[in-house]
Amino acid sequence: MLRLPKFRYLQPKSVAEAVRMVSDGGPDALFVAGGTDLYPNMKRRQQVPKVVIGLAQLKQLRTTKGKPAQGMVLGAGLTLTEVAEDRRIQHAYPVVSKAAELISTPLLRNMGSIGGNLLLDTRCNYYDQNYEWRKGINFCMKKDGQICWVAPSSPRCWAVQSSDSAPVMVAIGAQVKLISSSGERLLPVAELYNDDGIHHLNKRPDELLTEIHLPPTNGWRATYWKLRRRGSFDFPVLGVATCLRLTGDGTVEHAKIVLGGIGSCPIEATLSEKAIIGKRLTEETVHDAAEAAYSPVKPLDNTDFATYWRKHMARYYVACTLRELGGLPQGLPHPETENSVPALRVFSSGPFS
Amino acid sequence: MGGANGAERKDLRVIGKPHRKVDAASKVTGQTKYADDLVLPRMLYTKILRSTVPHGRILKLDTSKAESHPGVKLVLLGKDLPIPYGALPVSEDEHPLAIGKVRMMGDPVAAVAAVDEDVATEALDLIDVEYELLPAISSIQAALDTPEPRIHEYGEYGNIHRRQAYEFGDVEVGFAEADFIREDVTFYEGSTHLALEQHASVAQFGHDGKLTLWTCTQDPHYLHRSLAKVLGLPQNHVRVIATTNGGGFGGKCDPFAHEIIVSKLAMMTGRPVKICLTREEVFYCHRGRHPVLMSTKTGFKKDGTITAMHHRTFLDGGAYGGHGVASTFYTGVLQPTTYKIKRYKFEAVRVFTNKAPCGPKRGHGTPQPRFAQEIQMDKIAEQLGLDPAEMRKKHLIPPNSLTVNWLRVGTMGLGKCIDKVVEGSNWKERFRKLPYGKGIGLACSGYMTGAGTPIYWNSMPHSGVQLKLDRSGGATVFCGSAEIGQGSDSILAYIVAEVLGIDPFDIRVVTADTDLTPVDLGSYSSRVTLMTGNAAIQAAERAKGMLIQAVSAKLEVPADRLVFADRRVFDSENPEKGVTFVEAVWLAEAKFGTLGTVGSYKPAPAPGKFKGSGVGPSPAYSYTAAVAEVEVNPETGIVVVPRVWIAHDIGQCINPVLVMGQIEGSVYMGLGEALMEEMTYRGNRNVVHKFPSFLEYKSPTTMEMCDVITYLIEDQDSNGPFGAKEAGQGPQLPVAPAIANAIYDAVGVRIDEVPITPDKVLKAIRAKAKGQEGRYGPTVFPRCDMPASIFVPTPEEGGDGKAVERQPVLA
Amino acid sequence: MKPTKKRDNRKPAKVQICLRVNGEPVEVAFAPHKTLLEVLREDLALTGTKHGCELGECGCCAVLVDGRPVLSCLALGVALEGHEVTTVEGMAEGAKLHPLQEAFAELGAAQCGYCTPGFLLTAKVLLEETPQPSREQIKKALAGNICRCTGYIKIFEAVELAAARMAGKPAEPSKESIYGWR
Ligand SMILES: Cc1cc2nc3c(=O)[nH]c(=O)nc-3n(C[C@H](O)[C@H](O)[C@H](O)COP(=O)(O)OP(=O)(O)OC[C@H]3O[C@@H](n4cnc5c(N)ncnc54)[C@H](O)[C@@H]3O)c2cc1C
Ligand code: SF4
Ligand code: FES
Ligand code: FES
Repeated sequence: MLRLPKFRYLQPKSVAEAVRMVSDGGPDALFVAGGTDLYPNMKRRQQVPKVVIGLAQLKQLRTTKGKPAQGMVLGAGLTLTEVAEDRRIQHAYPVVSKAAELISTPLLRNMGSIGGNLLLDTRCNYYDQNYEWRKGINFCMKKDGQICWVAPSSPRCWAVQSSDSAPVMVAIGAQVKLISSSGERLLPVAELYNDDGIHHLNKRPDELLTEIHLPPTNGWRATYWKLRRRGSFDFPVLGVATCLRLTGDGTVEHAKIVLGGIGSCPIEATLSEKAIIGKRLTEETVHDAAEAAYSPVKPLDNTDFATYWRKHMARYYVACTLRELGGLPQGLPHPETENSVPALRVFSSGPFS
Repeated sequence: MGGANGAERKDLRVIGKPHRKVDAASKVTGQTKYADDLVLPRMLYTKILRSTVPHGRILKLDTSKAESHPGVKLVLLGKDLPIPYGALPVSEDEHPLAIGKVRMMGDPVAAVAAVDEDVATEALDLIDVEYELLPAISSIQAALDTPEPRIHEYGEYGNIHRRQAYEFGDVEVGFAEADFIREDVTFYEGSTHLALEQHASVAQFGHDGKLTLWTCTQDPHYLHRSLAKVLGLPQNHVRVIATTNGGGFGGKCDPFAHEIIVSKLAMMTGRPVKICLTREEVFYCHRGRHPVLMSTKTGFKKDGTITAMHHRTFLDGGAYGGHGVASTFYTGVLQPTTYKIKRYKFEAVRVFTNKAPCGPKRGHGTPQPRFAQEIQMDKIAEQLGLDPAEMRKKHLIPPNSLTVNWLRVGTMGLGKCIDKVVEGSNWKERFRKLPYGKGIGLACSGYMTGAGTPIYWNSMPHSGVQLKLDRSGGATVFCGSAEIGQGSDSILAYIVAEVLGIDPFDIRVVTADTDLTPVDLGSYSSRVTLMTGNAAIQAAERAKGMLIQAVSAKLEVPADRLVFADRRVFDSENPEKGVTFVEAVWLAEAKFGTLGTVGSYKPAPAPGKFKGSGVGPSPAYSYTAAVAEVEVNPETGIVVVPRVWIAHDIGQCINPVLVMGQIEGSVYMGLGEALMEEMTYRGNRNVVHKFPSFLEYKSPTTMEMCDVITYLIEDQDSNGPFGAKEAGQGPQLPVAPAIANAIYDAVGVRIDEVPITPDKVLKAIRAKAKGQEGRYGPTVFPRCDMPASIFVPTPEEGGDGKAVERQPVLA
Repeated sequence: MKPTKKRDNRKPAKVQICLRVNGEPVEVAFAPHKTLLEVLREDLALTGTKHGCELGECGCCAVLVDGRPVLSCLALGVALEGHEVTTVEGMAEGAKLHPLQEAFAELGAAQCGYCTPGFLLTAKVLLEETPQPSREQIKKALAGNICRCTGYIKIFEAVELAAARMAGKPAEPSKESIYGWR
């Protein structure tokens, strides 16, 4: 049986107490919400905090506030199931509830929080391994070692940002509220991430994520396509979140196309956005945008699937999201998207979604 | 048909009915005790330190810090267990803990017994090991190219473990007769069992010098022998109790290091000792599907008649022998059981590599060659412009015949199986007629119902059953067979209940305890239902005979008029006249004394008489045909399998609902191997396993599982109990090739290897679009010097099953 | 959660918590870094809850916490103070099996039985929330539980059978699921 290392577990009764506990705990203290990311990492000894501060009891983190027109506010501690099943979110921000529903398994979604999902550790096939395995390759620089086994000549870590909600939140322009003993700040989710597998978050360890501020629903539409091997369990090896605002005649006024699961942070496909802004979505413009997504995507051999194929799929998935939002006919079944018309019949929900 | 095994009986009351399993109630309430559920007073816990290099000599091994760690009771090393062992007597090349050398990442090096798992885990990190790295081998080609250093000091030469070469009839003559010859090179990637239960064992050593081991093994008898040998204990002082296996699929057949380690630790500490492996460690135990590279050269006539086949295989064996020698045979010996092959040559080479050892996984060594053969059949049919179903049907092995390599086939329902899936899938209207992107494909297979020979040479029964009747009207069946989820405990109850006319739930079943139960060789090679079933019939018939004598005397009814049914024994001509089953037992016990009978089963000798003819023969062969439907997205290469139609010649269902479960489970495993499962390593990174985890080793979830339309073909075989054949392994075999063939039907590309991942499909589609060959698969087949074949004339040529000096017909 | 007296400095002090397990109040003391899975199996002798990975990757450790199926291998024992836990041992009502348990037994949906507790508990909640689920809904609800034996089909059929019976219909398994197609 894989077991947790020893640690001290604290259960604050309020946000203020949680923040105090973490600053008292210093660098060895970590928050835990659902624990579905932290505990596996601790069992594999990738993370070994001395103090763990449990957030599950904090009712303040479990609330949903606000109106879509002004932007809703989600408590960071809402479980993924709650986010996926909340009628208001489903209605006003279907892309958010869909992304949550695509995460892992129903069992895990009953535990994992939306906040924890945004703060998920980066992933890598050389890192998400038991202690004994990592010892066998002499560890890597993300934990206990010197070298990057994916790119041995590289000075940095290329572990992959693998949260399904991150690209979505970046694409729609959500913000997060961070509270620490020295105050609070509101940070665009886009600025939460760093292109570095180790220092992947622009969040100090003593900051508590309390809220996610969703933008007002003023005419934009968004979708998220996730690539993974199986219809459940699997992390995204590519996720494309696309958010568009179209004018009355269908011209793209605003576009955000954000790729997850292929780099250490969500990657904005700016060239793809450029290819469609000011234009209408046609097979041609979609094609141009998709082509423009090809070169910025540089997947490495540290997740599931062959890298060349993931790179190909980025192009393909960008096109799929645009077709979906532009109401163009679709090539690939996308089981989770009701409004797409698959050319191939969808059976169950297919292994790849 | 028929005889003592009841195959002729028509008036079945229990057999063929969907009874619950005898262990169903305890399994659905969480009461079943698996090995890791056992707790004994004062129990210690073990953790194993494993090699962190793929190949190396141990230069230093300092355990002093670990030994003095509070809570640690003992640290065990290789020198404490110097006697080697292995599943097969011909390759006893394992030590429970490394002696001087490690051969793979994850090889056991030291074991710590401590008061709890936390302490044992901490102690592992305090053990200081230094290795001298040796060059590591991670592929078949590398093993052939790198004779030195040798991974083992035995074997053929260099890093070649085993070479086998057989020729049944002169294949060159056969090729000369052919209208066409084609040679296809295919590859079947390795995969693992991934049973949900991680291996666990608990050992206890008494002051009477007797050892008891509770462990999740499929083969308690073979483990019993290995344990006694390695521990230096008399066999009668060792008791192995196989706890209910939380899934086996072949992964719990070998004797394992951890089983020996906890036994030894129990002997040395005088306390019960437990181990439960982590998922990562289970990946290192492995013994799963061998990666096999195959070349199949087939000569055929315009009507599809196969005049000759030369089938060659290379097996990547991993670091140890295990069952590998048998696996090597199985990559060729069952090929001739489905279609008539006039002459057959089979050459196989197993190499050692510094990876987890391969062995028996569902279908043991045969899914790989079936894949090669069945996709080639599809290509042949296309080349000849024939319908693949019709072509196959035309050339089936006839029932009650001998194959080219001297296997005796009894009933043979493959033709009916093909008819069923062809009809069910609407094959005629759909094959080669579906729109681009959709396709259907067919494949067939045959599999054995129990290996004809045991793992170590002996002439005793393969299965024994003892039956005790008691005054309560109950019966207890004792048998060494191990329940791994297939329902083997229940089979015993059903069969005894059928013969004695009582309810299966009147019967208690005691199994898999080497102290209490007669030997059954184990839950492998689909042997259990047939062999324990026949032994159970014999025991029950003998008991019935005693009851008949007693009742017939009492009622004054002739023995042949007595019927056993509904817990009564009565006169068939006057059903009112009879006694209850309990009364019958009382009468018999009064007459004969305490009631107990035995039954045993041993397969008939095989017709082949050449060296190596022991692998392949079986009392009966099961047959399966499958049609898979696929949807391929040509832009991504993604393959979805919505449905599989499968027809299986089961002989006779002892319990149809259990047969259905075995077939559906086989389709599942075939689907996984076809599309996603793979045991892969990073050759350039210390040969680490790429992803020894449940998450990254991809096993289909509910979302990927296809619909399964099953047809049960009951073609009773006189060798099976009530005519039954196997269901646990055979139905997996046609699934992967059917999917590969369907993909060709859908998008016109051949994927000649598994797993068929979308990147491979896309590559082939793109190659085809560029005017290149629309194929993904191996292109080169390595060279290896082979010994002269053992040459055996075929039955058709009038051979007598013996090998002869080769007399080439073609000069 | 109150630490009991420190006894030796190597072993961390145990914590003691109160919770409800299978409808009964339980007090249990254990090392604070133990997961619910370990507490159930090792400290409460409820070994019906199984484990196949301990990392959230297989689903066979599923139990209900406050009526929701969760992974006991990723839940911390001490965090369950005051909560209600249901394990497979608590599914039957007295001597009467839950309809799901009956259906699983009838259809051979428990082969090796190792994944069964997790499936049963997850399916129980599905049927509470969606009494007449479609096959697709069953697949989705059970997508976090892996079974290597059955190919899931008998499990789906058992859930459908139980659902029908719980709706008061005298349902029997279909002929095709027992004898195959003709
Ligand atoms: C088998 C498996 C499959 C998975 N599949 C997916 C998937 O498909 N897609 C996906 O996106 N994720 C996946 N995950 C990852 C993870 O479970 C989810 O991302 C989940 O949402 C994490 O939330 P949590 O509350 O459990 O996080 P925790 O483990 O509690 O925390 C994660 C990190 O965030 C920190 N943290 C949590 N909450 C706060 C807060 N409020 N303030 C400050 N810091 C905080 C913690 O200290 C920790 O470092 C998977 C995990 C597993 C085990
Ligand atoms: S990308 Fe390199 S450094 Fe980062 S986790 Fe993977 S191997 Fe380690
Ligand atoms: S034990 Fe595998 S998910 Fe918990
Ligand atoms: S019944 Fe064995 S894993 Fe499901």
